[in-house]
Amino acid sequence: MSGRISIVGGRLIDPANGIDGLSDIHIAEGQVVSVGPVPDGFTPDRTIAADGMIVCPGLVDLRAKLREPGQEHKGTIASETRAAAAGGITTLCCPPDTSPVVDTPAVARMIQDRASSAGYARVVPLGALTQGLDGQRLSEMAALLEAGCCGVSNGRRPMASLQVMRRALEYAASFDMTVFIHPEVYELANGGCAHEGAVASRLGLPGIPTAAETVAVAGLLELIALVGVRAHFCLISTARGAQLIARARHDGLQVTADVSAHHLHLSELDVLDFDDRCHLHPPLRTLRDRDGLRQWLAQDGIDVICSDHQPHEGDAKLAPFPSTAAGLSGLETLLPLSLRLVDAGVLSLSGMISRLTDRPARILGVEAGRLEPGMPADVCIFDPEATWTVDARSMLSKGHYTPFMGWEMKGQVAYTLLSGRVVHERGS
Amino acid sequence: MDKQNLQLDAEGNLRHFLTIEGLKRAMLVDLLDTAESFAEVTEREVKKVPLLRGKTIVNLFFESSTRTRTTFELAAKRLSADVVNINVPASAASKGETLLDTLRNLEAMHCDMFVIRHPDSGAAHFIARHAAPHVSIINAGDGRHAHPTQAMLDMFTIRRHKKTFQQLIVAIVGDVLHSRVARSQIHALSTLGVQEIRAIAPRTLLPVEAASALGVHVYHDMREGLRDVDVVIMLRLQYERMQGGMLPSEHEYYRLYGLTEDKLRYARDDVMVMHPGPINRGVEIDSAVADGPRSVILQQVSHGTAVRMAVMSRAMQRSQAVVREPS
Amino acid sequence: MSERLPEIDKVIDGMARSLADAIKRDGADEPLMVGIRTGGAWIAERLHERLALKEPLGMLDIAFYRDDFSHVGIDPMVRPSHLPVDLDGRDVILVDDVLHTGRTIRAALNELFDYGRPASVKLAVLIDRGGRELPIRADIVGAELHLARDEHIKLQGPDPLSFELRTDVDG
Repeated sequence: MSGRISIVGGRLIDPANGIDGLSDIHIAEGQVVSVGPVPDGFTPDRTIAADGMIVCPGLVDLRAKLREPGQEHKGTIASETRAAAAGGITTLCCPPDTSPVVDTPAVARMIQDRASSAGYARVVPLGALTQGLDGQRLSEMAALLEAGCCGVSNGRRPMASLQVMRRALEYAASFDMTVFIHPEVYELANGGCAHEGAVASRLGLPGIPTAAETVAVAGLLELIALVGVRAHFCLISTARGAQLIARARHDGLQVTADVSAHHLHLSELDVLDFDDRCHLHPPLRTLRDRDGLRQWLAQDGIDVICSDHQPHEGDAKLAPFPSTAAGLSGLETLLPLSLRLVDAGVLSLSGMISRLTDRPARILGVEAGRLEPGMPADVCIFDPEATWTVDARSMLSKGHYTPFMGWEMKGQVAYTLLSGRVVHERGS
Repeated sequence: MDKQNLQLDAEGNLRHFLTIEGLKRAMLVDLLDTAESFAEVTEREVKKVPLLRGKTIVNLFFESSTRTRTTFELAAKRLSADVVNINVPASAASKGETLLDTLRNLEAMHCDMFVIRHPDSGAAHFIARHAAPHVSIINAGDGRHAHPTQAMLDMFTIRRHKKTFQQLIVAIVGDVLHSRVARSQIHALSTLGVQEIRAIAPRTLLPVEAASALGVHVYHDMREGLRDVDVVIMLRLQYERMQGGMLPSEHEYYRLYGLTEDKLRYARDDVMVMHPGPINRGVEIDSAVADGPRSVILQQVSHGTAVRMAVMSRAMQRSQAVVREPS
Repeated sequence: MSERLPEIDKVIDGMARSLADAIKRDGADEPLMVGIRTGGAWIAERLHERLALKEPLGMLDIAFYRDDFSHVGIDPMVRPSHLPVDLDGRDVILVDDVLHTGRTIRAALNELFDYGRPASVKLAVLIDRGGRELPIRADIVGAELHLARDEHIKLQGPDPLSFELRTDVDG
């Protein structure tokens, strides 16, 4: 049972409610009861002094693999939601490519049950678009929706044909479900492990061309328009892909998109010397793409920054570059990497927070990402000036691979509250 | 992970030989000069010097290649080292753990140098990064990335014939996309200061952004590309590329990019014709050219040993000094 | 410096006379002269000229035969050895500048035998400075010098030839 908490003296940023200023916030029964003045007769059990800190809604991460069920040697729901809490994240969405796949209500419920018994963060699963993600047979989407899935996706697995994709979009649209799409033409990307460009040419690495993404985006936009489904593009990596999506939105299509925090900071150049920590999928693109992604993020072509968290065990990267597993642990660096975009002048502080809170919450259709009275008291309190260094010992994720290892980060989470309960406290 | 040159020690001496990229011209020239001295050794009655006596060199091949392995073996034996050949079939080596485990086991047996061939680009870098400090790694070909000793023996052959690299126009013809040899040759040629490097091939056999990424002039028309060249390097065309996915047919490839006397007329009179081998006669090169007076293909093979002796002894002298320091 | 350095030209003249006598005494017609790079090669060139030997001069670079590779690596100035005549059954005169520990001569003999099996090998040195670590002695010695352990003599050349004498600073 969570007690009464007052968070006082902080700068409250709640983009959904247009709030940015010094304001206290009062919590009881796991919910926000008041923003600003103390309600009559409210006596807090605990007062959190947030002077010099920023108080914002708990972050919502659109894409984090928790590895459970099926790959518990890489991570568990408990270990990865604990890392999420350390990163200020209170809601996270996991893709359906677990083992077993999230194509039955039982698996969907099990993931949510384990997350709530761990108690560090809300986990909302995506349901599989096709059974076993085989790209051919539609899943029981209505049942998955009832079991708490906030959308459907085929993950990275290819669809057997555009006809199956069309039917899947139509079926999902029947139940007003959002379809989460990884835009990639399998045949163009197959076998690649780095952006097809100057660096891959030099290193002799099989490439994934820009067109693997843009051809998929362009084709899918037409299908989405035909069907009239609500769709979300995951992990846009090219400036051109973002531009196509922005144009379609301008034309009135109901599409949204996210980008990973690392694609906003790194480029193909970071792969030089076969740095396997930068073996990512989609691959790190050119500097021009990185700058384009930043620009489309600022201009609302891209809605959300996500962590694309994919923890790996030590052995997963102990191989020559093309044979290593793609992915990094990103939950704990999502906020500081996003803060860097504020320092770089890409986004305002409030704009950045919006892309980590109310916008992803709206895409997921969950009650999160806002702090008005009556909402669950999911709160992130961070010290925007505190600096810290990314190192393996202090990482809470079971996976320790990140290209940001050793980087100095500015901005550190001091407290994370989930439904009015402190689930992370700095230095404890 | 440090991004400084993994193959050099703090004093800038050779420690591993992984790629030509990033090595200075003086070092390449030194390797060529040293190879000249070893070439003299290989012409003697007793073709052996005691330089690496007591050292153990392991040829660790994850891809079969009798030719390359043999020249490395010969080079090691002529330096008086003990040689162990280990061939790991690709199926047994699919997991990275196996690769690292193999390395650890051999290190535990006090091996001093590993000559590695592996189908993954970056494999030699990976192993060098994880090798014990006293062990030297020689890259004998990793994926599409690099094959630096082959490139050095090609440079050795060119220098023997042309004396100097300046003013030379060199054309590399064929499957540059999949060729680790071509990548290493391009780095070596540009470091040694040739006037121009050309890549001649259809687009399907060239890496993207070849011109800017590799610093070559790209030609799709072979006659145009061969005009006034001093050196023609033909690349081997892997059989699987000829199955219609990248090229319509063997016949069309030979007609457009096969080296014939007729096409060779566009090059300089004293042009030298090279090929890293093994040759596909009638696919990338006409037999008359391969066996003709301008072909140095067999000389390339015979220079392989001396160049590899030079690379091995230079890399090994460094690893010895590392061991010596604590005393 | 423990004593006055000798005049190089006169020493070489003396060596040439002794060698001529030795060749005559042993009946070794057409001996092969081989100099050890770099100082020994300079001396050999001069002796070869003074003795008017018919067979071309050979040069050895012992860089690949040294026993201290593990400590110092290969001499970066290594050049190919050059022995233009088959050694089998021939009388060889091996020439070096300074005989000290004997290790250079050990390496040179090993290298010589990788080329063939000579009938005999004579060693001629410009200076014997003592300090042997191996059972090796010269047949022809231009001059003897008695140097302390921390003193080193080195021949500079090729033209003119001169001695450089130096003492270890730190011993």
